[in-house]
Amino acid sequence: MIVTRGLSRSFGRVEAVRGLDVEIGAGEIVGFLGPNGAGKTTTLRMLATLLRPTDGTATVAGHDLLADPRGVRRAIGYVRQGGSADPTRPVREELELQASLYGLRPPREHVARVCEAFGLTGLADRPPAALSGGQRRRLDLALGLIHRPRVLFLDEPTTGLDPRTRAALWDHVRRLREEGTTVLVSTHYLEEAEALYDRVLIIDGGAIVADGPPSALKSRAGGTLGDAYLALTADA
Amino acid sequence: MFIRDSAAVFHHAVRATFRTKAGVLIGAVQPLLYLALLGPLLARAVPGGGGWEVVVPGILLQLVLMSAGLAGFGVVFDRQTGVLERLRVTPASRAALLTGRVLRDALVLVAQSALILALGFALGLRAPVAGVLAGLAFVLVPALGLAALSYAVALRLPPEVFPPVMTTAIVPLMLLSGVFLPMSMAPGWLDAVSRAMPLRYVVDAMRDLFAGHYATGSVGIGLAVSVVFLAVALAAGTRAFQRESA
Repeated sequence: MIVTRGLSRSFGRVEAVRGLDVEIGAGEIVGFLGPNGAGKTTTLRMLATLLRPTDGTATVAGHDLLADPRGVRRAIGYVRQGGSADPTRPVREELELQASLYGLRPPREHVARVCEAFGLTGLADRPPAALSGGQRRRLDLALGLIHRPRVLFLDEPTTGLDPRTRAALWDHVRRLREEGTTVLVSTHYLEEAEALYDRVLIIDGGAIVADGPPSALKSRAGGTLGDAYLALTADA
Repeated sequence: MFIRDSAAVFHHAVRATFRTKAGVLIGAVQPLLYLALLGPLLARAVPGGGGWEVVVPGILLQLVLMSAGLAGFGVVFDRQTGVLERLRVTPASRAALLTGRVLRDALVLVAQSALILALGFALGLRAPVAGVLAGLAFVLVPALGLAALSYAVALRLPPEVFPPVMTTAIVPLMLLSGVFLPMSMAPGWLDAVSRAMPLRYVVDAMRDLFAGHYATGSVGIGLAVSVVFLAVALAAGTRAFQRESA
């Protein structure tokens, strides 16, 4: 579902992502770990067509990133770090715009559907500024999933959430697994990687340093996933 | 696709704008003040009578500069809140993300222009209705272009730099376009400089239209300049929305 070949991105002289070769199959839930500045967000932004690679190629859901960005955009959802809704507009209006831009007809019905799925029904007339952090995160998910994408990119979706809200978000990801959605999630939480992901990619200094199921990484390190993480990533 | 997406963006933008009607009014306050407090002086300074027919088109252009010219403020906010990035991940046409906004700005401008014209007539404007309507339709063309350029600049400049740069840039644009008095009254060097301003030709044309002179050279030149300006500005605006890091 996601195939990258030598995918790279430099900002001036800084090589943020260096020659990424990754294959992710349909329905896989993959955790993307690595220190701050390792290249996680840059990779996700490239795969979401927001950032042009300086070298290499990738296909997402069968569409080439450079040749057919619109094909990629139709197939993916992207939930960025730090929110994506206008804090002053009612939740309903933001979702209606999103539905319209994905060509969903009639927008109202699709908005009602995602509001139901993400527990936003009673909040639809409020602006995000009046919502809690967890409610805003659910809105971000609803915005990114309204068109039922086959591939979902989540950039640190659980950062800054309390444990209960984080657990609720995990439940949403589990539901996506049942629906067969391919999910690539960046995170800093190792326990999340163990509980949720089929496979973990660890990136450091712009390159993949580990790739495999959490259990395999643990046994290789002869300890916890935390031990494996610390052994594999450089002390910044 | 393009039309559907533009309509969706337009609808979304208009809903917010006209919910808080104060925003529409606030954008017109400065030109209204100029019209009420400076207009009477300017109208007297125009040689040969017909002062209001010279002053009101100029104030309308001032409104265009302050309203459409500062339209980019909206996108500065959308950049900071992540809204723009969210929209850029959807399959929506990039040109539609621009067009929907620009059409909203045009609608706001029409509402604001009605306020200016109402005050103008109250103060003594006696222009033929056909000339006023033609002048209004006329000024919308470069206004759309100016809004598109404003977005292009807002997408390229760092968010904290856009407001001071834009509010300052508008002052020479306004003065050199002959917003207050026709540049034909200016000394030679100033008149020459102002000929580099596309909007100068628009004001000159509007003044002819307000005076009831429709088939003049100024109107022809003004129309040609407006259309070229709009085409260039839309191209620049769409490019800015396509750019990766916007």
